[in-house]
Amino acid sequence: MIEIKDIFKTFGENEVLKGISAQFKPGKNNLIIGGSGSGKTTLLKCIVGLHEPTKGTVSFDGQEFTSMNFTERVPIRKEIGMLFQNSALFDSMTVEENIMFGLNLFTDQSRSEKLDRANFCLDRVNLKDRNKLYPSELSGGMKKRVGIARAIAMQPKYLFVDEPNSGLDPKTSILIDELIKELTEEYNITTVVVTHDMNSVMGIGDHILFLHQGQKWWEGTNKEIAHTDNKELNDFVFASKFMQAAKEKL
Amino acid sequence: MFTALGKYILLLRLSFKKPEKFSVYWNEVMREMVSIGVGSLGIICIISVFIGAVATIQVAFQLASPLVPKSIAGSISRDSTILEFSPTISALVLAGRVGSSIASEIGTMRVTEQIDALEIMGVNAPGFLIAPKIIAGISMIPLLVIISVILGLSGGYIACLVTGSIAPVEYITGLQDGFDPIIVTVCAVKSVVYGFLITSICAYNGFYTEGGALEVGQSATQGVVYSCVMVLFADLMVSSLLL
Repeated sequence: MIEIKDIFKTFGENEVLKGISAQFKPGKNNLIIGGSGSGKTTLLKCIVGLHEPTKGTVSFDGQEFTSMNFTERVPIRKEIGMLFQNSALFDSMTVEENIMFGLNLFTDQSRSEKLDRANFCLDRVNLKDRNKLYPSELSGGMKKRVGIARAIAMQPKYLFVDEPNSGLDPKTSILIDELIKELTEEYNITTVVVTHDMNSVMGIGDHILFLHQGQKWWEGTNKEIAHTDNKELNDFVFASKFMQAAKEKL
Repeated sequence: MFTALGKYILLLRLSFKKPEKFSVYWNEVMREMVSIGVGSLGIICIISVFIGAVATIQVAFQLASPLVPKSIAGSISRDSTILEFSPTISALVLAGRVGSSIASEIGTMRVTEQIDALEIMGVNAPGFLIAPKIIAGISMIPLLVIISVILGLSGGYIACLVTGSIAPVEYITGLQDGFDPIIVTVCAVKSVVYGFLITSICAYNGFYTEGGALEVGQSATQGVVYSCVMVLFADLMVSSLLL
C-alpha cells in the first residue's frame, strides 16, 4: 500500500499541491484525475521521487520514502514500474533491450532467462515478434505497450502510469486501460494512474482522487462519481454532451 | 556562474559513483568509444592533412631567405602541428561534432523523460549516461590527436611534393632537427584535458536541459560554445605550465 500524507509542493511562489493525503491499495486501479494545472502529474512525480515534496511524506508499505537518500531508495525503486506519458523508451535500444534493461542492471539472470522474461512481457502486451524493432519504428499505441512491458519486466509491486491514453485513438485507449486493469488484478499491483480520460475513469477507476487547484476535492469510486453533487467534479467529468447523456442513462 | 560551477562539480561526482553493474557500463563505454573515435575519424583525417599542408606552405613562404636553412620550415611545421594544430584545432572540431551530439542526445533524453525513466528504475542516471562518455572522450580524443599529428606531418610532406615550396628531403631533415620530446608530452596532456572538457561540459549542458526541442538545440549550442572557450583557456594554461 502507498500512503501519502499532507503533501505540499511549491515551485518558487507557485504552490502547486496543497496538503494532499490519500492511500492507494494493492490490486486496485487508483486514478488521479483533474483539469490541466490541477497538480496531477506533480503529485505523481512527488510520489515516485522525481520531485521532492516541500512538505509531507510518502510511504511504500510502511517505509517512509521521502526521507531516504538515493541509495536507500534503490530497493523500493526496483519494485516500481512506470509508464510515462510519451512512453520514454530508450531510443538507442531495441524493444527487447528496453525491456531487459532493468534485468541487465539489477539481476544475475542468464541471457536466456532475461530473453524469456522479455518475450513473456511482450506476449502479455500482445506484441509478440517485435523484439528487434527500435522505438522509432513503433506506433504510439505500440510504444505504450512496450512501455508497459518494460514497467512489468521486474515484476513490480507498484505501477505508476502517467496519461496512458494521451495521443491514442479511442479503441487503442480502451485496450491500454484494459491491459492496465488486467495486470493490476493479476499481479495484485498497487497501480496509480494519472488521467483526464473519462473512459478510463468510468472503466477502470476503482479508487478515484479528484484534484482541483492543488487540493484533494473529492475521493470515491467510479460508481459513486455519477451520483456526486460536487459541482467542480461534475463540471469536470460531465463537461461533454456525450458524458451528460451517459449520466442521464445511469 | 558559481551556481553552475557547483552543479557541474556535483554532477561529475555523481557520474563517478560506483556503477550498479560493471558489465553494463563497460558496454556503454565501448559504444561511446566507437561513436567518438570511429565516428570522428573521417573529419579528423581531412582537417589534419589540409592543416599540415597549409602550415608547411605558409612557413616555407615566410622563411624564403637565403640566410635561413630551408629545412627550418619542417621543424616549425612539426612543432606547431604537435603543439597546437593537431590537439587544439582537432579539439575545436570535435567540440562541434562530438560535443553537440552528446549535449543533444542527453538533452533529448531529458525532455522525453528517458532520464526520469532511468531514475525511476533506481539507475544512477549521471553515472550511466555521462561517465562512459567522459571515459570514451579522454581515451579516444588522444588517439585521434595522435592520428592527426601523423596525418598533419604527412600533409606537410605531400605539400612539399606537390608545390615544391621546399624539397621533401629538406622537410624530412627539418622534422628530425632539434626535436624536444616535451612537445609530445604537452600534446598528450592537452588532448586528455580537451577530451575531458568537451565531454563533461556538453554532457552537463544536456543533462540540465529544460523544455522541448528548442531548448535541446540551445543546450547543444551552449555546450559547444562553452567547451570551445574552455579548450582555448586550457590550451593557454597547459602551454604556460608545461613549456
